[in-house]
Amino acid sequence: MSKNAKINALLLLVVAALAVLPLALGLGDHKEEPFAGADAEAETTITEIDPDYEPWFSPLYEPPSGEVESALFALQAALGAGVLAYYFGVRRGRRQGELRAREQRAAAGAPGEAAGEPALDGS
Amino acid sequence: MVPVSQETDQGASTIHEVLGRVCHAMHIAEGFLPPAHAVAWSVAAAPFVVHGVRSLTREVKEHPESTLLLGASGAFTFVLSALKLPSVTGSCSHPTGTGLGAILFRPPIMAVLGTITLLFQALLLAHGGLTTLGANVFSMAIVGPWAGYVLYRLLRRCEVPLMVAVFFGAFVADLSTYCVTSMQLALAFPDPSSGYLGALGKFGSIFAVTQVPLAVSEGLLTVLVMRLLVQSSKGELTRLGVLVAGKRTETTTTEAVA
Repeated sequence: MSKNAKINALLLLVVAALAVLPLALGLGDHKEEPFAGADAEAETTITEIDPDYEPWFSPLYEPPSGEVESALFALQAALGAGVLAYYFGVRRGRRQGELRAREQRAAAGAPGEAAGEPALDGS
Repeated sequence: MVPVSQETDQGASTIHEVLGRVCHAMHIAEGFLPPAHAVAWSVAAAPFVVHGVRSLTREVKEHPESTLLLGASGAFTFVLSALKLPSVTGSCSHPTGTGLGAILFRPPIMAVLGTITLLFQALLLAHGGLTTLGANVFSMAIVGPWAGYVLYRLLRRCEVPLMVAVFFGAFVADLSTYCVTSMQLALAFPDPSSGYLGALGKFGSIFAVTQVPLAVSEGLLTVLVMRLLVQSSKGELTRLGVLVAGKRTETTTTEAVA
């Protein structure tokens, strides 16, 4: 592995560790509902502060179940990851193509250049 | 898997309730801001988004080749705001991914990309909401990107290495988003006994504290993507002013690493 790839892998590893450690250390154990969403907690706090508050608007479309919702979230992540991968794929392909073209030009052009230069000198 | 759903109806419903709650992660939920606040935040956010749409169309018109990178920046926000991660407070939240686009294309354009992400989540995922869209756009698509961008520029001006500046820019873009969310909720729901500041403490401990490790993750992921960009899109980054054309030291070191 090159030094560059190692640094990238290390970055990913630290991100994974940051996500796994709270779970592994049981940091949610003191809660009724460990690892619930922070916005659900905010809703609870709102009802504590203002027990009379009623949400005055409800979502136009709500995923019928947690499964469907997680599917939609996965779709969102997949769309994003797909576009990102496409971008880096295109870039990589373009770089390789440029490199290959340069090599071909060098291979094809080297004798021509060698023959061309004396001719230029002569004229 | 099958036996669980067959066991009792009660068991199934509580599982769904829990899932339903777990699956929400952040942003202010639909209907949870009083109408006056919802309207005020929308009015505050609108000019930024309109200005952003103008900058975006100008950017695409003048530099059609940047469309691909624009898409990639939007995609980064899409991925990161779908990643709900556990945090030290024992609850879940997700990063915003707005730092990268703000650093690359400046905050106005990020305002548009962030709004698109929030709209997608509000319409399809019942996450965030239409009435709270203005407030959520203000925190995630306006304040976050600007805070991150300003810090990034300041650090760059102080000759801080690129990746360090990128990390702190993304970190602050993420964290400031949730600080604004806490502030918005505290303004709408001041605590009856301890007032605005008490409520700010409460919401802050829910959102902002949860967000600290996630902001670190976001910073690291943004650095990762920026490293890949430096390898693959040097020309584009130079045009956008992220890499300085005249400064060969920076590009040569990255070239050596690549």
